[in-house]
Amino acid sequence: MKLEHQDFDDVRVVSVGENRIDAACAIQFKDEMRALSDSGPARIVLDLGNVEFLDSSGLGAVVAALKAVRNGQQLELAALHPTVQRVFRLTRMDTVFKIHTSVADAVEGIANAS
Amino acid sequence: MRHEGNLNSLRNWEKAGHPRDNELRIIIPASLGAVRRGLENIKTGLAPFGFSADELSSLEIVLAEALNNIVEHAYTEADNGLIEVSLTQIPCGLACTIIDNGKMMPGGEPPLGLQANLDCDRADLPEGGFGWFLIRELAHELDYQHIDGQNKLSFRLAIGEMS
Repeated sequence: MKLEHQDFDDVRVVSVGENRIDAACAIQFKDEMRALSDSGPARIVLDLGNVEFLDSSGLGAVVAALKAVRNGQQLELAALHPTVQRVFRLTRMDTVFKIHTSVADAVEGIANAS
Repeated sequence: MRHEGNLNSLRNWEKAGHPRDNELRIIIPASLGAVRRGLENIKTGLAPFGFSADELSSLEIVLAEALNNIVEHAYTEADNGLIEVSLTQIPCGLACTIIDNGKMMPGGEPPLGLQANLDCDRADLPEGGFGWFLIRELAHELDYQHIDGQNKLSFRLAIGEMS
């Protein structure tokens, strides 16, 4: 699992380098996300722009990443592909996460809000 | 290298006839990596069927959930199990049948897969149980049988319907 991150003022953008988060890599994703949120600032934006497919294990891992953030820390999602968006919508997890159309939107939104 | 499945377990499976134009059949070893590759192969193999990206995404979601469940729950790693997937284009969509020789589903029934309650504290959000919900949400006429040590799951996807 390849997760890359880039830090801006008060936001860390974590980009998934692979095109799927599925049962074969969900646990690894969860662990690496946890390490990146533990050491990260108050807001984490997960850039899913490369992720074309996410199954229920992948969804569970993203939810686990949300549950693992510190008190007061935020985990937001950006750049969901249609199939990924569909899984979030069907399971209504789109109501749990703040979802941005693009990373630029997410970072700008954060800058404007503060 | 991973063992590519116990071929003896294929003996009592239906004999594959001549492949027909409207059918795709593949057999994969029961591992998460093989499921991933199998899904890729299925999407490639279905190219002549002319499904849209949306339709293929429905298919991939349902097949991924069903196949991962077999790898994780029906078989143990020591089984070197195999899974057969047959997809047939029919007038009202795509008929899918998945066969394995693993354990019977608990109670002999596929899980209900109810919508999870998300109206809760963040700490209580569910991290699993979405798989069967997604299958039941996207698949029609779901049927499961366990006969002679073999699991057979079949359903229809309303994709590529002929008008």
